[in-house]
Amino acid sequence: MRHFSDRDYSRAFFASAVLVVAGAALGLAGHNDVLGIHGLIMALFGLYFLFRVGGAWFSDASQPIDPTRYYDEPIKAGIVISMLWLVVATFVGDWVAWLLVFPEATFDAGWASFGRLRPVHTSGVIFGFGGNALIATSFHVLQRTSRARLADNVSPWVVILGYNLFCIIAASGYLMGVTASKEYAEPEWYADILLTIVWVVYFILYLRTLQRRREPHIYVANWYFMAFILVVAILHIVNNLAVPVSFGHAKSYSLFSGVQDAMTQWWYGHNAVAFFLTAGFLGMLYYYLPVRAQRPIFSYRMSIISFWGITFLYMWAGSHHLHYTALPLWVQNLGMSFSLILLVPSWASAGNALLTLNGAWHRVRDDATLRFMMVAAVFYGLSTFEGSFLAIRPVNALSHYTDWTVGHVHSGALGWVAMITFGSFYTLVPKLWNRPAMYSARLVEVHFWLALAGTIIYVFAMWNSGIIQGLMWRAYNQDGVLEYSFIESVVAMKPYYLARAVGGFLFFAGGVVGLYNIWMTIKQARSDTALQDDDDRPLVQGAPSQVTHPAE
Amino acid sequence: MSVPTRDPHSGHETTGHEWNGITELNTPVPKVAWGAYFVFTIAAVILWVLYPTWPLGETYTEGVLGADQRDSVEQQLTLVQDIREGQEAVIAAGSFAALQSDTSAMDYVHTAGARLYADNCAMCHGSGGEGAKGFPSLVDDQWLWGGTPDDIMETLRVGINTEHPETRVSEMLAFGRLGILSYEERRDLANYVHSLSSGESSVTAAKAGVMFETQCSACHGQDGKGVQAVGAPNLTDPFWIYGGSVGDIQLTLRDGRQGVMPNWNERLSETERKLLTLYILDLGAD
Amino acid sequence: MLNKHAKLERSAIGFVLAIMVVASIGGLVEIAPLFTIDETVEDAPDMRTYTPLELAGRNIYIREGCYACHSQMVRTLQDDVERFGHYSLAVESQYDHPMLWGSKRTGPDLARVGEKYSDAWHVAHLEDPRALVPESVMPAYAWLSRNWLEHEDMGLHLAALRKVGVPYSDAMIENAMADAKAQANPDSDGTDGLRERYGDATNIRVFDGNSDRLTEMDALVAYLQILGQLTDIEAVKQSALDQTEPGPTDQGEM
Repeated sequence: MRHFSDRDYSRAFFASAVLVVAGAALGLAGHNDVLGIHGLIMALFGLYFLFRVGGAWFSDASQPIDPTRYYDEPIKAGIVISMLWLVVATFVGDWVAWLLVFPEATFDAGWASFGRLRPVHTSGVIFGFGGNALIATSFHVLQRTSRARLADNVSPWVVILGYNLFCIIAASGYLMGVTASKEYAEPEWYADILLTIVWVVYFILYLRTLQRRREPHIYVANWYFMAFILVVAILHIVNNLAVPVSFGHAKSYSLFSGVQDAMTQWWYGHNAVAFFLTAGFLGMLYYYLPVRAQRPIFSYRMSIISFWGITFLYMWAGSHHLHYTALPLWVQNLGMSFSLILLVPSWASAGNALLTLNGAWHRVRDDATLRFMMVAAVFYGLSTFEGSFLAIRPVNALSHYTDWTVGHVHSGALGWVAMITFGSFYTLVPKLWNRPAMYSARLVEVHFWLALAGTIIYVFAMWNSGIIQGLMWRAYNQDGVLEYSFIESVVAMKPYYLARAVGGFLFFAGGVVGLYNIWMTIKQARSDTALQDDDDRPLVQGAPSQVTHPAE
Repeated sequence: MSVPTRDPHSGHETTGHEWNGITELNTPVPKVAWGAYFVFTIAAVILWVLYPTWPLGETYTEGVLGADQRDSVEQQLTLVQDIREGQEAVIAAGSFAALQSDTSAMDYVHTAGARLYADNCAMCHGSGGEGAKGFPSLVDDQWLWGGTPDDIMETLRVGINTEHPETRVSEMLAFGRLGILSYEERRDLANYVHSLSSGESSVTAAKAGVMFETQCSACHGQDGKGVQAVGAPNLTDPFWIYGGSVGDIQLTLRDGRQGVMPNWNERLSETERKLLTLYILDLGAD
Repeated sequence: MLNKHAKLERSAIGFVLAIMVVASIGGLVEIAPLFTIDETVEDAPDMRTYTPLELAGRNIYIREGCYACHSQMVRTLQDDVERFGHYSLAVESQYDHPMLWGSKRTGPDLARVGEKYSDAWHVAHLEDPRALVPESVMPAYAWLSRNWLEHEDMGLHLAALRKVGVPYSDAMIENAMADAKAQANPDSDGTDGLRERYGDATNIRVFDGNSDRLTEMDALVAYLQILGQLTDIEAVKQSALDQTEPGPTDQGEM
């Protein structure tokens, strides 16, 4: 941050000051409520940056910014923060997995119980790990594919830091019992407003930078990142419409109720999977996979039909989370029909990725980084097949409410989302820190096998437990009598819950190895002479785009 | 802007666009992808024709099959009830004595009754009927309201201390909180009550004999053996619902007790309650 | 077609608009009609709102993340109905902001758990689940009995809910705090008013077994005991049947 211009410093100072004031206001209004604690956190967060920005502004050490370079500092921050969230959130995830094996381990305290820790895990992984990874890589992909520097120096920091403030408020809130109870949208109204502001800044920054692109055609990765940013904004705003108890209360009541709320929540929930966990990470795949494999994308035309297929079809599929419920049957069926068609663009994307590797399979064999991405594409294909399959009503009758769903989510989250992120990070980290390679190729290899083994153990355990649960619930004996009581199905889960916790631990251990490897790479970069790639520069050097809208 | 080039490996041309070294091949969409789109869309259209799917303002397309998930579950329920009909008729019609000696009927009790018990009763009375503190055992042959099949059926139907108009009602008075007995009196009385079952009599216990007669015998009987007509437990046996230590008894004397057994007349059919009665009696018979 | 797309992908704004349009259709078609199609939510004239104490309990249920392991939705599946009772109707959650249908059953469905067990059982089970159900994997919630219930601003909660459509009256909002207190203490003066506002069937009991303190346990148990009890299912179904029979009023002319 020490290389801002005066104008940038004043803007950063102003942004921090606004946060301090907003935090203080919330803190005062909510001094009788947990909201007060969150106001305080916001104010302190703002105050910290107020001093940092102010200190740098008035110190002599200020260096002028180099506009002939890409702006990679926010990306570096995003990657490290993302890995930290990964370690924390997978630890919490594995902890709650062990809680189902040893349910007494809650220390007689609210914050340590399953119900409060679970959203720390889900939000920590999806938003903390996934979100930071998406923001960081999107800034990188955006600049490189546009051959343009980020359009602004302050707003990337507003996005990264504001977003992480949101994550901190969310996670700490769950521990204190602040939750809206909506799946993947648990944070309360004030955190939602914060995220909305951050997201608008993100979108404007993205679009402004994209307008400076050198290549008139927008690259597929950017289609996906744009869809991610835009649609998540729509989903977030509609799903979180609510009336707070007062401006001094963290608690709010959602605008919709009952059946309409259910449909809205799963329209959101399913498309958080689609546009956060799929579209965004496809954007990642579309850049780092061809870069690492040194191959052209297999088919531009296939990219088109999969992109629009995914963007259109996913939005219909949410109702398959509500099969056989009080949601009207027509919505269930409509969602199911689109969920089926959705398999086609999903597999087209996975196929496009795997076929891109044609001509580079020897690299997949030798390079664990590329192998991460290959496995990610395979798990993406598997999970989307499973998703369409589970959307079929009679199948869902068996799988819903069981661990099968949990297994499905993790096959997507561990196998696809996390693996593509690891592959991308291992490609990106040496480049960003000007190193020839990661600190240890062996550790990348170790991480790969830990992650893969962990994922497979986890998913198989949950397939088993889920299907057994579902079958036990519906089993009738020859007399036409339900065969098992509910508690018998709970007992039958024990071995699988144990296996799941072990698989989860392996995956967590892999994440720790990854963080260590990245950290050591960074450390080496600090002590070693830089190997800066002089060609890695924007072509349009900070100036407004010369190539705006080319004539037809 | 670069010019399309041919990829030597695949033989396909690139689109001619280039982003920092990334290029794309202009490979045509494989036929199988189009074919899959087509097939899946046709499948969806068939679904739309057959089942309710599309909204139309204030109504929706009902589909040619006229499916309704509520109707279909009601139908399935009738089907499974048909399977059970024979067995249920036997249970419904038979006398308890006859059923208890009918092996095939008792086999049915051991499956259907066991599942009903595990999903409805085991939470309080334990998976083997052993009970828990505050929730009576069903296998100790001690019954608050009588242990005949008809008594148990009635308890299941109306419950104890429930909202049911004919509920069984019983209350152990809060002798402490209501200020009827002082701490010392309650301490003595607790010792006395404890001595009834343990046989260990002490000086303080002996003093409380008179107090027992005036305060307790109306419900628990002169001899302390309980009165089933009012649901008052036997105090002379080794079985305790809320604990039989002097301390436990003192707590009971101070705060009173008014245990609730839910009424099951709305949740379970008469035959199901009969199955449960048979199952419970069988649990205790071992 | 391909040329048109090539043109589109050269305009960032065009692409943004195209994404927004394409992505909006599904949600609009599936969500909007849920507000316009009458039969989506059944009529239940006897449906009552949550009392302030039950609402406070519901908020504790949300706070502790109970919905992560317990569904409140009996599906139209044979085994669901046989195990958990009548399938859930849409109207039963019409005052649920937000709904708590859940998506996982690590524990059993709770849609109809109200009045299935005694208050004492709920308290004992929440304090130490494995004392009663040794096989259970549920966390213990002993602190609920230790925590006083914050109920001073229940009026604000009711007022907020009224803004999103729950028919709380002025009297209910005004007396929310007193009503919360009265519901857990049958010997208090406030019970008549509470009954008057929420109906004679309102459960007024010392839910946690201790009338001296109004605890979070009181509220949570009061809430659990009302689950599935807000309306009479059979009456709702009957009134739905009456409506579908050809009657004097035909809605077609509206």
